[in-house]
Amino acid sequence: MPEQLFQFLVTGITVGSLYALVGLGFAIIYNASDVVNFAQGEFVMLGAMTAIALLSAGLPLPLAAIVATLLTVLVGLLLERFAIEPTVGAPVVTTIIITIGAAIFLRGIALLLWGKDFHPMPAFSGDRPIHLGGATLLPQSLWVMGVTLLLVVLVRLFFNRTLLGKALLACSFNRAAAQLVGINVRVMLRLAYGLSAGLGALAGILIAPITFSSYEAGIMLGLKGFSAAIVGGIGNPMGAVAGGLLLGVLEALGAGFISSGYKDAIAFLFVLMVLFFEPTGLFGHKVADRV
Amino acid sequence: MRRIGFFTFAVGVALLPALFPDNYFVMAVGVSAGLNAILAVGLNLLMGYAGQISLGHAAFFGMGAYTSAILTTRYACPSLIALTAGLIIAGVIAWLLARPILRLRGHYLAMATLGFGVIVHVLMVQATPWTGGPDGLNGIPPLNLLGWSVDSDLRWYAVIMAALLLAIGLSLNLVDSRIGRALRAVRGSEFAAQMLGIDTGRAKTQVFVVSALFAAFAGSLFAHQQSFVSPDSFNLTVSVELVTMVVLGGLASTYGSACGAIALTLLHEGLVVFEDYEMMIHGALLMAVMIFMPQGLFIGLSQGARRLWRLKNKASA
Amino acid sequence: MKDYGWKIILAAALLAITSLAGAVEPIRIGSFLSVTGPASFLGDPELRTLQMVVKDINAKGGVKGRPLELIHYDTGGNAREALSFVKRLIQNDKVDLIIGGTTSGDSLAVIPEVEKAGIPFISLAGAVDIIEPVKKWVFKVAHTDRMAAAKIFEDLRKRGLTKVALITGDGGFDKSGREQLLKLAPEYGITFVADESYGNKDTDMTPQLTKIRSSDAEAIINFGFGQAPAIVTKNMKQLGINLPLYQSHGVASQTFIDLAGAAAEGVRLPAAALVVAEQLPSSDLQKPVLLAYKKQYEAQYGPVSTFGGHAYDGLMIAVAAMERAGDADKAKVRTEIEKTQGFIGTAGVFNMNPTDHMGLNLDAFKMVEVRNGAWKIVE
Repeated sequence: MPEQLFQFLVTGITVGSLYALVGLGFAIIYNASDVVNFAQGEFVMLGAMTAIALLSAGLPLPLAAIVATLLTVLVGLLLERFAIEPTVGAPVVTTIIITIGAAIFLRGIALLLWGKDFHPMPAFSGDRPIHLGGATLLPQSLWVMGVTLLLVVLVRLFFNRTLLGKALLACSFNRAAAQLVGINVRVMLRLAYGLSAGLGALAGILIAPITFSSYEAGIMLGLKGFSAAIVGGIGNPMGAVAGGLLLGVLEALGAGFISSGYKDAIAFLFVLMVLFFEPTGLFGHKVADRV
Repeated sequence: MRRIGFFTFAVGVALLPALFPDNYFVMAVGVSAGLNAILAVGLNLLMGYAGQISLGHAAFFGMGAYTSAILTTRYACPSLIALTAGLIIAGVIAWLLARPILRLRGHYLAMATLGFGVIVHVLMVQATPWTGGPDGLNGIPPLNLLGWSVDSDLRWYAVIMAALLLAIGLSLNLVDSRIGRALRAVRGSEFAAQMLGIDTGRAKTQVFVVSALFAAFAGSLFAHQQSFVSPDSFNLTVSVELVTMVVLGGLASTYGSACGAIALTLLHEGLVVFEDYEMMIHGALLMAVMIFMPQGLFIGLSQGARRLWRLKNKASA
Repeated sequence: MKDYGWKIILAAALLAITSLAGAVEPIRIGSFLSVTGPASFLGDPELRTLQMVVKDINAKGGVKGRPLELIHYDTGGNAREALSFVKRLIQNDKVDLIIGGTTSGDSLAVIPEVEKAGIPFISLAGAVDIIEPVKKWVFKVAHTDRMAAAKIFEDLRKRGLTKVALITGDGGFDKSGREQLLKLAPEYGITFVADESYGNKDTDMTPQLTKIRSSDAEAIINFGFGQAPAIVTKNMKQLGINLPLYQSHGVASQTFIDLAGAAAEGVRLPAAALVVAEQLPSSDLQKPVLLAYKKQYEAQYGPVSTFGGHAYDGLMIAVAAMERAGDADKAKVRTEIEKTQGFIGTAGVFNMNPTDHMGLNLDAFKMVEVRNGAWKIVE
């Protein structure tokens, strides 16, 4: 039994790290614009698919990963410039529908570029499982956890220690005030989309060796990342990370101990319970109503 | 003015099958668009007027559909009684859910409704003995309205359009009622509304239940019209599509949401011939409409028409 | 210069008139497949096959001198869409025959409509319910999941394994397969010691497999299609579970081996002969048909899958029936399809009759195993 529990935890943390990375992307864009970007999952898919395409074109893995991430960042910037920026000031739901449109559009492009098949990607350091106190995990899981940890630390440092990061954070508290103190809100918006796209792409590249990728792979991850960001309290990047890990572990435990068929229902029931008792998520700041 | 709009719409809907008899795009697509429009009009009450987002509306749609499907196929229950049962179930669940869920704001509410929708969908897929699992339930008998069996495309067109007109009429009346005014106050500022002595919780609960009833009603009709139900018709994608219809048509406008529903249904039918390019074009169009008409199609197009009209007048003057 | 323009217009007009006069009404074949969505694994090769074969037939002069016209809509695996597009095919496109319904859900949803309209419908999906009880206008050419279950159980019996763990996805194909497995198990003396499920888009199935590991299962059956069975296969290897693994015919293609990589070694599954065409003895009746289809398909699109083969079988059965009927009259074609005897297709030899609208027997399935990254027959 404890052996099983340990295995479930290992699985949960691997999957949870991934949700955390996607959730982090949601939180960053939300911070800059109050918008939930429903194309976040598509950034994940684009990163993975581009990396796979570059690998099969003969690029070495590190180079393929970097180029794929940069290309996805470019897509994020283009999305911001041509679809989000023109509608600054429009109702938030309008912007959300635009991101839904963008998600469908990006999926459509991926479908045309790479077809409908699932594509495998070789693991970074082989497929030989590592035994760890009765549980086994793949080297790729370590990659996922390690890189997630690194990125989370970097994002945290960025927000807490750099002027740019603080400026971005300021936008989330009060956009008008941020503008008044000389922060260029537009630039911040671009920064947020670029950063989110990059994080998404990295998440995609990390997970592709475990789960493969296809043009539709972003839908599920987007949904889970969104849930992670909300449970943690949207707008709080570290909350999103905690939310993601929690969700991943919960799914694994639900599937292992209760019922694998109902595990998604169990996870979402938990999310509902959290929200009923903590209406702004576990680590969200309470916002006073402006009249 | 409002009466004229309603009357024109009704006449137009009635004339279509006479002008294009046995036309697939009127009879079959029309029915599908009509059902979507009922859903959108209902959801707009919640989203447009009360300002509360729901990403789980397909769940109520599904409850109506599955209640009708299960009762009529397993227990040979008359279709009208099954429909009523569907309304009661969806209404009661919406009422129970409303208080805790509507305390949430904005994206938290979106998340909670989304979670609710996912849970209901998982039940549809997993509770196979009841719901038939992923392949759903087949062989649902035609709708029977006091001896009149709705079993042809023309009859379905008539029934769905009558239901749509009923939904639009109800929605217009509701918006003008005391509840409607309370709701608009809630959308403006819930805090301010409370200060004015409006029981905002009660107003929101009422509209949530009404909106769920619209969806369950459409669901029952849908089950009989299709003669089968399966979980794909009630998943998250459908919920997101419904929100898209409401926003695309124009929030806080009954006709707007109906327009959005009809436009999106037609768009899909039209784009399917592009095969692999469909998805890309669909996404691009959705973005373009929202970028250039952030207030939605209904307002966007009517403003455009007005502008054209003015230009023409200027030119002739 | 002016004269020249006139001449072109005149020539074009003449050409249009003559071609109009000489044009024969094409035979319209309607199709609705799940080319996108979770079942695109199946629907995509089906559509390619239909397009390829229709082109081929037209190049050879069509059927009874009339060309075939293929009208296709993608359902995305959504039964609601399937029904709507079948209505469109019947009412708007006025097709003479329908081939399609990649998934069982899509196929089952449209049956009332095709029965009402009285149009021959050849389904490409697996569920037994499509043709049992027999429906007048509905036929099917894919193996049933019951046959797959029986084939797996036969192999288990040969190996003397009785305690089995089951793991299936949450799609229609998975659930229907699971049902048949559970129903058929007692006949073969098989007991299920675990019955786990996963979501078809899940990224990790180790919790379910960890539970199976602690049961006393002697073999594992995974019924599903798409990427999930490949993840199950890899997760098993990761957890160090060395039990025999049986997959379903849903993953009988090279793609599965590519996705699962080294973990796929030793996986067994029941599959149509198409994936092992080259290994068949030359006395095998199917061999020439299989090799011809495989060669043609792979020249254009890459590795064949048995699902594309189903589309080939369906279309060729329909064409043969039209040839016999003399035209595309719906009632006559239906009667002729029902009389299909000894038709050699990719899925097996079809012998239909008024009580059997599929006409395949268990011999149509071969038990195959992955060895050195390729499918090998085990008998």
